[in-house]
Amino acid sequence: MTMKVVGQRVKRYDGMAHVTGETRFVDDVIVPGTLTVKALRSPVSKGTIKTMDTSSAEAMPGVAGVITAEDVPCNAYGLVPDQPVIADETVRFKGEVVAAVAAVDEDTALEALEKINLEIEEEECVLDPLEAMKPDAPKVRPEGNVFMYDERPFRQIILGDIEAGFKDADVVVENEYVHPSLEHAQLELQTSLAVPAASGKLTIYTVSQALYFHLGQLCGILQMEPDQIQCKSWAPKTGSSWRHNAGFSDVNYIGGTVGGGFGSKNDIHADHVTALLALKTGQPCKWRWTREEDLLYSTFRGAWFITIKDGVKKDGRIVARQMKSIRDAGGYSSLNPYVVDKHSFVATGPYFVPNVQIHGYCVYTNKPPASSMRGFGVTPSVFATELQMDKIAQELGMDPWEVRFINAYRTGDQTPTRRVLNSVALVEVMQKLAEKAGVDLPDKLKNMNSKERGWT
Amino acid sequence: MHSLELTVNGRSYQTTVTLKTTLLEVLRDKLFITSPKVGCNSGDCGTCSVLIDDKLVRSCITNALSTQGKEITTVEGLSKPGHLHPLQEAFHEKYGAQCGFCTPGMILAAKALLDENPKPSRKDVREALSGNLCRCAGYGKIVDSVMAAAEQMGQAKN
Amino acid sequence: MKKRGIGIGASLYPTGMSGGGDSSQAQVKVQPDGTVVLTTGACDIGEGCKTVLAQMAAEVLGINYEQVKVINDNTDNCPLSFGTFASRVTYVDGKATVDAAEKARDILFEVAGQMLEANPGDMEAVDGKISVKGSPDRSLPIGEVAGAATFGMRKLVVGLGHYMREPSAPDPETGEIDPFCTLAWAAVLAEVEVDTETGEVDLLRLVCSYDVGTAINPLLTEGQIEGGGAMSIGAALSEELYPNYPSLEQAPTNLGDYAIPTTMDIPDIEAVIHECPSTNGPFGAKGIGEMTANTPAPAIINAIHDAVGVWIMTLPATPERVLRALDEKGGA
Repeated sequence: MTMKVVGQRVKRYDGMAHVTGETRFVDDVIVPGTLTVKALRSPVSKGTIKTMDTSSAEAMPGVAGVITAEDVPCNAYGLVPDQPVIADETVRFKGEVVAAVAAVDEDTALEALEKINLEIEEEECVLDPLEAMKPDAPKVRPEGNVFMYDERPFRQIILGDIEAGFKDADVVVENEYVHPSLEHAQLELQTSLAVPAASGKLTIYTVSQALYFHLGQLCGILQMEPDQIQCKSWAPKTGSSWRHNAGFSDVNYIGGTVGGGFGSKNDIHADHVTALLALKTGQPCKWRWTREEDLLYSTFRGAWFITIKDGVKKDGRIVARQMKSIRDAGGYSSLNPYVVDKHSFVATGPYFVPNVQIHGYCVYTNKPPASSMRGFGVTPSVFATELQMDKIAQELGMDPWEVRFINAYRTGDQTPTRRVLNSVALVEVMQKLAEKAGVDLPDKLKNMNSKERGWT
Repeated sequence: MHSLELTVNGRSYQTTVTLKTTLLEVLRDKLFITSPKVGCNSGDCGTCSVLIDDKLVRSCITNALSTQGKEITTVEGLSKPGHLHPLQEAFHEKYGAQCGFCTPGMILAAKALLDENPKPSRKDVREALSGNLCRCAGYGKIVDSVMAAAEQMGQAKN
Repeated sequence: MKKRGIGIGASLYPTGMSGGGDSSQAQVKVQPDGTVVLTTGACDIGEGCKTVLAQMAAEVLGINYEQVKVINDNTDNCPLSFGTFASRVTYVDGKATVDAAEKARDILFEVAGQMLEANPGDMEAVDGKISVKGSPDRSLPIGEVAGAATFGMRKLVVGLGHYMREPSAPDPETGEIDPFCTLAWAAVLAEVEVDTETGEVDLLRLVCSYDVGTAINPLLTEGQIEGGGAMSIGAALSEELYPNYPSLEQAPTNLGDYAIPTTMDIPDIEAVIHECPSTNGPFGAKGIGEMTANTPAPAIINAIHDAVGVWIMTLPATPERVLRALDEKGGA
């Protein structure tokens, strides 16, 4: 089939608006009467809230509303719904929101935060995931510091017979790799504007990368189910036609044009707080995080500790891979269990290994919750695997290209999760790389393809 | 409160500010000119870049009162309906914009360069834009865009 | 002394949410004049989904890209998309868009079939016309067909499309699962120059070779390769959210301290696009948004090893880490 539009370098759909400055991001939406939102954040990494008195702040001229955990109908959200919108009694990380204020301007909002009487009894925290895994470590969460995958404290991926694989190996190459925490540093800050209507309809301008995923979570937060023990009795002061069992059609979520995401906007950071304050005050409420808040308290790529032990034949074939990966998830689940899954599913990289044992751990610490960042958990596994390939090459006295060509997946190979592959192209992609880079590969590698192993 | 008079994109404005109001706040919150963005409020990212008397500045760390009587240009001032500035044309054509958040500042930084140096090298362009962060594009197509605009503007002059 | 080295890295990346279940929908409406409105719930975070989805709709309907308008800005009107993440939108929302466009096209075929007295199954949509295959003289402009459908036959020319891969959960014992729509493939070469006095690493060259299935828009594909490359260069050489990990002390509070790459830190990235079509994706496309940020970093670290013989096992390879590693090794 000849294609006329697909495959063409047509101009970016929204490019004209970008270059003229017409593109409207959330912060560029101007609604008269909008209140400025600021949040009070926990000064400690772990503690119990002993006093939370907002009366002086609420009495201030210019302050339209203050919310605490008491004001959140269902104070738990996330893929694993364990994160409160506003901390209730305990805090798990420094910077966790404990109250939020809506006021006529930023100065008033900041002054109101200072008038909130907050007393937190600081408790011993744990920041290192390797420490957090020890039995006597301080508890980040009541369920324990390690996420349970079914009955195990790790995601297990098993293929073949790992012991037999190591017996078959000529050499064992074992190394530890550390991938640090990284920040998305998307240029558009976490920002939200919630506009209530007397009809009960709430319009939220969002930076979300995932409108419907967040709309569902948001409706969950705004819901009040009597059988959910975390939900508090609560009614908005205005917008009385707001139904307690908020549905998708009660909220119009406006977005779709985002100033950079990279995974930073896969979790709700601000929409729940502006929604609650808008419903409580009956006025539009806008919350734009500062860059400092965004760097320190929004989600990020959690650190990884990865140990790879490979059994390798003298001819370069990897015949066994044992891998243990530990993810520093921070204080709440966020997307972390999924991130560890994704990491584990493709933990042999683009290489066929017949005997595999992968253990991926998701460990909670008293840091802000880590979550998705471009590449989820695959990024650190690529880092570790690709250094490991060069180390294997060095150990065997082999060329780094050749080790990769020998082990590269071919059509019909089985992955650690027992999928049989089609549309495989690593060999060709490497050949094209060499050509572009001016590397003259040996004929043996030039003649390989992804359809067949080409060696035995 | 203090009175402030300034010209933005050829139109004169009068407004009131405090001693700590920034130029960015005046543009966005008082004049509703929203192409200069709030990316850091500390002068690190360049998304708030504007031209003051044709010189590139970061409006988030520019005191509004210091712009008394000055001429400010934002990216809205570069184009008229149906007529884009060659830099805008080139950024659109060459995919110099991805999410678009850094783009207005980036184009103004490029304009300040081309005003001074109409025939820059790629290295000149990289140096001139080094204070404007982009997290999406990896800069290559941004440099392509500026080079293409310089070429086009050079041809137009001859 | 300055020493040069070359390193490579390779990787694969899964398209779509691991485990499936991430559905997307689309609506394609052909206006009475033959122009098209595509409504989707996918967010454009800079990667360009408005562009590629419009290209797909235009291709199916045989019209120009400029004749497609995209609405993706609110949940009251836009159909569901699970979100722009997991390198899923080109593939999953693409399939939904193609499905919707084909259904709208089917309505046009039916109407044109009546107008041309031909079997709807024998029609094609090419160059702005609905034609009987093999008989270019028997054709009608798409606007005429859409107009006749709307006003003459009282039809709404709307196609609703959907795609969701069946959800699957890992086997608790073995981890067996069907975790992806398709796989994309990558290989990267980095050349660096390491200053053995200062520990500074200068990235001289980054060549990136990616299989993207089918590049729906090669410029956007290059944009992903270059942008992801820059992000991975930052991860390799300068970025660290907790410099005193696991302590929170000295965490950066501004973008001066958290050093993402500037124009001066990134060479002109060289991109190679390989096309090994996916068996099930729209026009054979695969997702590559995320994978571009994965492979440059290890290639750079391997290049540092090639240059000066030290392994940087903990990212990033800051001058301090490189110097320490050189010290431990006893010099370059």
